[in-house]
Amino acid sequence: MERHFDQELEDLKQELLRMAGLAEQGVAQALKALIQRDDALARQVTADDAVLDKLEMDVDDRVIKLLALRQPTAKDLRFITMAMKISGELERIGDQAVSIAKRALALSQEPSLKPLVDIPQMAEHAQGMIRDALDAFVYAKPDLARAVVTRDARVDALNDQLHRELTSFMIEDPRTITRALNLMTVARKLERVADHATNIAEEVVYLYEARDIRHQNQ
Amino acid sequence: MTTLMEEKPASATPTHAVSVAVAPAVTGGSAGGLSLANEETVLEVDQFNLWYGAKQALFDVNLKFPRGKVTALIGPSGCGKSTLIRSINRLNDLIDSVRYSGDMRLNGASILGRNVDVIELRKRTGMVFQKTNPFPMSIYENVIYPLRIDGENRKSVLDEIVERSLRRAALWDEVKDRLHESALQMSGGQQQRLCIARAISAEPEVLLMDEPCSALDPIATAKIEELIYQLKGLYSVIIVTHNMQQAARVSDYTAFFYLGRLIEYDTTEKIFTNPGNKQTEDYVTGRFG
Repeated sequence: MERHFDQELEDLKQELLRMAGLAEQGVAQALKALIQRDDALARQVTADDAVLDKLEMDVDDRVIKLLALRQPTAKDLRFITMAMKISGELERIGDQAVSIAKRALALSQEPSLKPLVDIPQMAEHAQGMIRDALDAFVYAKPDLARAVVTRDARVDALNDQLHRELTSFMIEDPRTITRALNLMTVARKLERVADHATNIAEEVVYLYEARDIRHQNQ
Repeated sequence: MTTLMEEKPASATPTHAVSVAVAPAVTGGSAGGLSLANEETVLEVDQFNLWYGAKQALFDVNLKFPRGKVTALIGPSGCGKSTLIRSINRLNDLIDSVRYSGDMRLNGASILGRNVDVIELRKRTGMVFQKTNPFPMSIYENVIYPLRIDGENRKSVLDEIVERSLRRAALWDEVKDRLHESALQMSGGQQQRLCIARAISAEPEVLLMDEPCSALDPIATAKIEELIYQLKGLYSVIIVTHNMQQAARVSDYTAFFYLGRLIEYDTTEKIFTNPGNKQTEDYVTGRFG
């Protein structure tokens, strides 16, 4: 039997995908602003984030309404509750992009500290994780989501490596401290982006398999 | 404080209107927050009071039902919701002890006046009841019954109305090959959809539904609910239900009644996510009722 409820669920999904597109774009543009020292683009990232914030509120609103009015059960219930969590993760990814953009603005005021190698690599990993987590969501592929979760360790390792490197810069020459700290922050924000992607992936597994795979390594 | 009911002008004089002292009433409930500015009113209930003998069942009800929307009347047993819906097509006139005052206007014209043709009114207000009530005749004849009364006998017209009504009632595909078989052989859910098809065949101005799913199993209920959703826009539906979740699922607006008074009237979303009145909240959250 056709249910008009299915259309409401589809609308919710589309809104999440729109958020996902904006979150991905935010991270990509923040990185571009950092690497190309493009201040205008960095400012644009901050401005664009307002759209993502608005969408998050809108998704929450829809979710509350669907919970109250449709009394969802089973996979509908998991979809609606996970939609609310995923939208929160996407909104946070947008915030990380804004933080990176702000650091990019600060860094562009000074000469480059070192060629950026690890940061673009971290960004590439983190963005790939967002994309795959979202693909897993759209195409109902919990196995792909599981694989995303395992990739978080790689980003964490890159972050640790970069921290060690930047620490050594600061020890050798205190004039690098401000720049090194800004780069450390960028790296930490990218590490957080990967964490949000991991959370989305875990939520996708729960959505399709009703299995909670969080906190299994603790 | 007591209120003396005023006599209405001739055209609006209720059949059994009396001047009588009533207890202070919550006029209009707390409908203050609801804006119907974007809605056209199909039916307006104006200061409506009703008594069964000495017992007052409805107190100063003021309510505007929007056109093309589904409005649910909810509340615990005895709150007056069924009494109100049965007043709209004057079914309460059949009970001797019933008296009422106030007015109801369907598309602007009073429907409670002495000079209102009640048979005509019931054609303008299709009704579906809790217990399915197909007539002991064929599916086809059931659907066009209201038109037969009107003397419509042109086969082409009737055929077209049968198909349109059954399609709108989501029943056409299931019965198109046995239109001339008895309606009594159908399942309960099908019978109820047939009753809906019959109720809409004469293009009523409002479609009244009094607990239309309470005798049906969950699948048949889901089908009727989906149907009600699809009838939105085409018809103005007023549904009485003791199933709050059903009200939440199918309606655009919800009116909560308690002890004969309209307590709160608002969008269904508001009533079920953030009602303005504590009694409404206690009821929709299952704390009483």
